[in-house]
Amino acid sequence: MATTVSTPSTERRGAHVAEVLQSEFCKFRSVRSTFWTLSTAVLFNIALAGLAAIFIPGNLSAHEQSTTDPIRLSLAGVHLSQIAFGVLGTLIVTSEYGTGMIRATFAAVPQRRLVLAGKAIVFAATALIVGTASCFAAYATFEAFLSGDRVRSSIGDPGVVRAITGGGLYLVVLGLLGLGLGTILRSSTGAIATLFALLFVPSILLTLMPQAWRSTIGPFVPMQAGSQIFVATHHEPDNLGAWTGLGVFSLYAAAALTLGFVLINHRDT
Amino acid sequence: MIEAVGLTKRYGRAAAVEDLSFVVPSGQVTGFLGPNGAGKSTTMRLILGLDAPTAGRVTVNGRPYTAYRRPLFEVGALLEAKAAHGGRSAFNHLLCLALSNGISRARVADVLELVGLDGVAGKRVGGFSLGMSQRLGIAAALLGDPQVLILDEPVNGLDPEGVLWIRTLVKSLAADGRTVLLSSHLMSEVAITADRLIIIGRGRLIAHTSVTELLRTGSGNFLRVRSPQRDQLTERLRARGASVTGQSDDSLHVSGASADVVGEIAREHGLILQELSEHHASLEQRYLELTGDAVDYHAPTHLVSSGNRT
Repeated sequence: MATTVSTPSTERRGAHVAEVLQSEFCKFRSVRSTFWTLSTAVLFNIALAGLAAIFIPGNLSAHEQSTTDPIRLSLAGVHLSQIAFGVLGTLIVTSEYGTGMIRATFAAVPQRRLVLAGKAIVFAATALIVGTASCFAAYATFEAFLSGDRVRSSIGDPGVVRAITGGGLYLVVLGLLGLGLGTILRSSTGAIATLFALLFVPSILLTLMPQAWRSTIGPFVPMQAGSQIFVATHHEPDNLGAWTGLGVFSLYAAAALTLGFVLINHRDT
Repeated sequence: MIEAVGLTKRYGRAAAVEDLSFVVPSGQVTGFLGPNGAGKSTTMRLILGLDAPTAGRVTVNGRPYTAYRRPLFEVGALLEAKAAHGGRSAFNHLLCLALSNGISRARVADVLELVGLDGVAGKRVGGFSLGMSQRLGIAAALLGDPQVLILDEPVNGLDPEGVLWIRTLVKSLAADGRTVLLSSHLMSEVAITADRLIIIGRGRLIAHTSVTELLRTGSGNFLRVRSPQRDQLTERLRARGASVTGQSDDSLHVSGASADVVGEIAREHGLILQELSEHHASLEQRYLELTGDAVDYHAPTHLVSSGNRT
């Protein structure tokens, strides 16, 4: 057997971190689910922007036209693409548990928190690029398909760049929430179900609650808080501000990730 | 060298591994034996830091496994065959593991060739047979060219060709002077290559010994003696402290005295010996004898023994 490798087991910490990041990126790019979920997300963002531009403006009343936020309309696809980003963020962790790969991973890198951090960084960087780029593409598509000047906006208008970039940020945070839940629950179905229950169930429950509750709890519910970042104008007064909302949304993700970081070192695999 | 001291793992009240201490010496093949459910796989996960022990500790080359930053250079492990994402190609699976330890792409190609999977390097792992998955697992274990290898039931479920391949591989690893810990529930698999044996049952250490030592001890060893003066001989042997049992074919089974002693006694008293032969229990018999109490699910004994007495 040819001995082609001989390296001391103790290396500089920086090199170690870089190696783990490379490894996690390799895993991320070498499964098909990454390509398919991201392609689907981009398709949703752009296609729904086009459809929204063609069908919605004509059906708006004069009052609605003046209160509708054009950026939010152009990012209608985020409501669907968020599912793809959420699933992708979750699968990064849970697919390893589901296939048994996690044992090979931890046997190769016993520093489990570094592995988890590597996964989060690789996902966040990719999601930020793909998410933001597809939101800008969605906005461009929306403007291109818009006929007439109703709900037209310009990229130079106040808050527009922030709102479009915010669409990308929202998708990153959402995926990280899934990644955190995946680490805690270690099961794809359990984590994905929990993620979407957390996103969609509160708003359904809120409609059943008294108005006073709706206006006090409502703004802090994950999706309600997070989606404020991609509203450029016409903020509803009850809701949190753009950055405050994203901050609250990020706290949910941070809580899930923190619990994941704590648990990952204390569990058998 | 792998060293376990008082290693204990409990799940709730049930102990999977209880106060296990052993040393796997460098440069030798150590067989790790025990019936199914004895705690072999748990012990191996404890060595690799995948499970945390309830008590005790285990070190690899003097340090806990989790203290290594590039453990693939120290220890290669094959735990279960299907520990890979089915959607990844064999090459990418190994590359992802290699990158985490700073191992080159060239080495990935090398180990694929070494295990005979170079032809299917680009194929997805999900379509692999058990034998191919096992080879992939071995390839992963060899990535860092480690001195220590831990193989958990490597021949389980393999076809005869695969079994032969694993045996040849373990022999070549041993010939390289590597440290190998090889688990199996079958003595016959381990006996071929192992120098030393660790036998556990119900999570506890039953024997920690060399193969020759294991054969030397045990109740299955006796002298077979035949003599026309059977009763006289029996009397003389018993007087010297040997235990003697008469057999239905008129022979005697003698233990507690060496063949030399029996021969001397016969000469002293002018007795004729028609046969004086040493009988050793097989490793398999010794193993069954040792683990008999530790097997969770017994088949009726007469069925077992009639099958084994060949």
